[in-house]
Amino acid sequence: MSKATEIISPAHGEAHAHDDHHEHHIPKGLMRWVLTTNHKDIGTLYLWFAFIMFLVGGAMAMVIRAELFQPGLQIVEPNFFNQMTTVHGLIMVFGAVMPAFTGLANWLVPMMIGAPDMALPRMNNWSFWILPFAFTILLASLFVEGGGPAFGWTFYAPLSTTYSGDSTALFVFSVHIMGISSIMGAINVIVTIFNMRAPGMTWMKMPLFVWTWLITAFLLIAVMPVLAGAVTMVLTDKFFGTSFFDAAGGGDPVMFQHIFWFFGHPEVYIMILPAFGIISQIIPTFSRKRLFGYASMVYATTSIALLSFIVWAHHMFTTGMPVAAEMFFMFATMLISVPTGVKVFNWVATMWRGSMTFEVPMLFALAFIVLFTIGGLSGLMLAITPVDFQYHDTYFVVAHFHYVLVTGAVFSIMAAVYYWIPKWTGRMFDITLAKWHFWCSLISVNVLFFPMHFVGLAGMPRRIPDYALQFADFNKWISLGGFAFGLSQLIFLAVMIKACRKQGEPVSDQVWEGAEGLEWEIPSPAPYHTFETPPVVK
Amino acid sequence: MKQLGICVLKAWTALVLLVAGATAVAAGSGEVSALNLRRGATEISGQVYDLHMLMFSICVGIAVVVFGIMFVSMYLHRKSRGAKPANFHESVKVEIAWTVLPFLILIFMAVPAAKTLLAMEDTTEPDMTVLVTGSQWKWHYKYMDRDVEFYSLLATQREQIDNRYAKGENYLLEVDRPLVIPTGQKVRFLITSDDVIHSWWVPDFAVKKDANPGFINEAWTRVDEPGIYRGQCAELCGKDHGFMPVVVIAKEPAAYEAWASEQESIRQQAREEEQRLLAMNMSMEELMTEGERVYNATCAACHMPNGEGLPGVFPALKGSPMALNDMQGHIDIVLNGKTGTAMQAFGKMLSLKELAAVITYERNAWGNNTGDMVQAKDVNAVVSGE
Amino acid sequence: MANSNSALVTKLLLIVVGMFGFGFALVPLYDVFCDITGINGKTNETAAVYYDGQVDESRTVTVEFITRTHTGMPWEFRAQTKKVKVHPGEMNMVEFYVRNPANKSMVAQAIPSVTPGQAALYLNKTECFCFNSQPLAAGGESLMPMRFYVDPQLPEDIHFFTVQYTLFDVTGNGTDDKPLNNPFLTSFSDN
Repeated sequence: MSKATEIISPAHGEAHAHDDHHEHHIPKGLMRWVLTTNHKDIGTLYLWFAFIMFLVGGAMAMVIRAELFQPGLQIVEPNFFNQMTTVHGLIMVFGAVMPAFTGLANWLVPMMIGAPDMALPRMNNWSFWILPFAFTILLASLFVEGGGPAFGWTFYAPLSTTYSGDSTALFVFSVHIMGISSIMGAINVIVTIFNMRAPGMTWMKMPLFVWTWLITAFLLIAVMPVLAGAVTMVLTDKFFGTSFFDAAGGGDPVMFQHIFWFFGHPEVYIMILPAFGIISQIIPTFSRKRLFGYASMVYATTSIALLSFIVWAHHMFTTGMPVAAEMFFMFATMLISVPTGVKVFNWVATMWRGSMTFEVPMLFALAFIVLFTIGGLSGLMLAITPVDFQYHDTYFVVAHFHYVLVTGAVFSIMAAVYYWIPKWTGRMFDITLAKWHFWCSLISVNVLFFPMHFVGLAGMPRRIPDYALQFADFNKWISLGGFAFGLSQLIFLAVMIKACRKQGEPVSDQVWEGAEGLEWEIPSPAPYHTFETPPVVK
Repeated sequence: MKQLGICVLKAWTALVLLVAGATAVAAGSGEVSALNLRRGATEISGQVYDLHMLMFSICVGIAVVVFGIMFVSMYLHRKSRGAKPANFHESVKVEIAWTVLPFLILIFMAVPAAKTLLAMEDTTEPDMTVLVTGSQWKWHYKYMDRDVEFYSLLATQREQIDNRYAKGENYLLEVDRPLVIPTGQKVRFLITSDDVIHSWWVPDFAVKKDANPGFINEAWTRVDEPGIYRGQCAELCGKDHGFMPVVVIAKEPAAYEAWASEQESIRQQAREEEQRLLAMNMSMEELMTEGERVYNATCAACHMPNGEGLPGVFPALKGSPMALNDMQGHIDIVLNGKTGTAMQAFGKMLSLKELAAVITYERNAWGNNTGDMVQAKDVNAVVSGE
Repeated sequence: MANSNSALVTKLLLIVVGMFGFGFALVPLYDVFCDITGINGKTNETAAVYYDGQVDESRTVTVEFITRTHTGMPWEFRAQTKKVKVHPGEMNMVEFYVRNPANKSMVAQAIPSVTPGQAALYLNKTECFCFNSQPLAAGGESLMPMRFYVDPQLPEDIHFFTVQYTLFDVTGNGTDDKPLNNPFLTSFSDN
């Protein structure tokens, strides 16, 4: 929080009376969830959807790790293996991480800015409900004759155009729908933040989570349409005789990569900026000290977002780029580490000379800082073009992005859920189980992803179902770590089911001793409608 | 208490440096390391390795410092130790400091990186050139200054992959015909593809370049030490992406010359042999035996040993109209492939005898039983357009 | 409140539509960028004009020609001259032999690609078989000329570059080279 906020009016009691009145009118049953326009309900829908998708995508990862447990082909055919890696990636990116962050935005942004709901509640409902539709289509594509998409989540042409099966059409359609959902969600976030902040909540008083989501939303509306373009061009090249990426017709397969990564690079920042916001809320609470360098954090996030537009070709160093371009993209990419580093230093400075306790959200947040930084440092190594020639398309890259996305984004989502769920449900979650979840996940995730650095450096390429013997020992450990990590998430499932059933000790409004912000000034559980009269923020 | 914190910090630093050092030693010995990049066999690969170790050390250093401070704080500034929270929450001086310092570290990294990059991308003045063509799922090498060209396919037996035989030492990293180049000479690679994007990678040379269909890329190397160097395709190219390795043998110039001349004369003999074959007829038994061998080695990957293909992806040959009726079309498609599909032009890869045999086999196996026999001269007729 | 919402939503939707257009605009933008810098090795697709004089005798540049046929293309295709040493600014001609051994007439498209990419900009073709698709009757053969000059502006440090021509089968102008199992096109006999 930037400055302590105080509600001047209305009186708490009055707000309560209002809410009690409304409690009687909360719809019930299945249709409540189908027709809801309430940001809390929609947030819950997004979060549960994301969790289910996380488990589905995780199951695919288990298939991948089972095949890679030993050298040789034991369990699946190479073509099916490629489908697993492709759909695992698509589900985790578009079905787990992005919807989870959107769910958190839905729950938290209105409460944090003192608004009664999102700006466009009915569009909000549509934004969510088209997602299960999109993913049903994607999963169904696995059962089409010829198999599902098997060209990687990055779907390079011409593998995805001339050399793919019919399921490509379903893949394209599904991605279009996911894109529309994200764009609608982003528009909703921007309009809400621009137009519905409580009086007195100036830009520089907004919580960091709100800032990071605002910036993320702008990135979304800028680049999701470009993905839509790329995926449409793949469709027309495949089915309608165009030659965007076909040399015979005057096209260029490398152009696909430029268009894709122009979307793709900002996309990975879309998947991490909200995480930065979450951590910036949690660390101050459990350090009992205000976030260090609020303004700096806002500027750093903005710089990261702007820089993300000019680094895309660092995914393409081996495509045959001229030296001048390689130099430019190398330097620009290295530059992003400066504002990112600033954020890490600010978090540590927040902790420094604070008064820390280590509740479960804080455990995840601290793990995030360490492990995301490891992922960021391997990213810095990848930025260096001459060495990238050795790292590109190896497990070193797989290690890098899993560190920033799993121990980064996913851990931040878990931290956020543990942090805010007592506010949402009015009950403390099962702390013992949650700590088991944390420690099992922490250990297994590192057994899973850290050795990938080694096999990647030793020369193991990515997206292969079988490997040379020198990679066998580490792959065995990686697979064991993978199975353990997967099982650990069942503990999380148990904690969540118990929490949603309102089992556990009732909590106060503030829940956590150091927590500050508008959302901690309203009752726990948060009433169905909050801030129907806007608070005045000093 | 502060002493304890500092003690912990020192222990932490020592541990991290130990790990980092062990990694460095493991790699620097010149052996292929299980933990680290290898130094490789060329001047450039050595520079790349050194750059990698520099980046790695800086990153480890940064991590040690940042995590050290963090862990010290987690120990000292705990509420359970009675720590009271301080009030500070901003400092412009500090923000500037930790913006400028990392920026300077980056410049320190960028200078050697730029130098190595410029050295790597200088393909001028090569001593020889090899045209490398990737296709699903093999490499083709053509020496531009000599009459030598051949396909290079994975040599690991299917039974090893299927876990029926024990795996050999170079499992998945061995080919039937490796690329052979001389040491001490600047060898230029022109790299392209016949279908999808592949990528030609030899870690010991620090050469990795994408093979783009319809476009040409170039890379180069100068190998110092004779030896066998193994790499793999580094861009997802379909189902057998993991099964198209790169093997390069570097020989001393004299030995290379001897090999190259021998290859040229072998090719010349093969051509003469083919001419003689045109006048002969093989028996059905000979055709079927040879045909089955070629089919299992070359076609079964997609069309399956039982000829049933993969529905929706690779058509079945068993019972197909083309194998049963259209002889001309059958020969044409095996020879020339089919544009816009994954069916390649095997005329470039197989000899006339092999082509005749495999087409005969496909027309008679799995109950197709056409009784057709295709001879080398029939195939040759289609090749030369009679 | 609703009004300012609509205004903002409209603006944001315009950004969305604009960026969708931008995604497609990247296609010609990419071509323009590559035309200006030659970085993807693509050369001029329409005939260049030759300005007489301007021959730089002080420099010699070696141009190498490689020919390939793409999968599915049965033609014989070779450069009669594999390497030529030229002075920048001087007109040159090389010939390419093609033969169609198939028993039906076919149409080919040659696609050039230059490495190093920067040299592509300076290869000015005044006449090239790659500007148009080339038909050839069954069993036919032909000698196709390519006339070019190397622009004297070629950077000093480039004195060798390679031109690869890949010959593609474009008979039927694209409908032939689409995958068989395509529900959106009229089905033709499954081979």
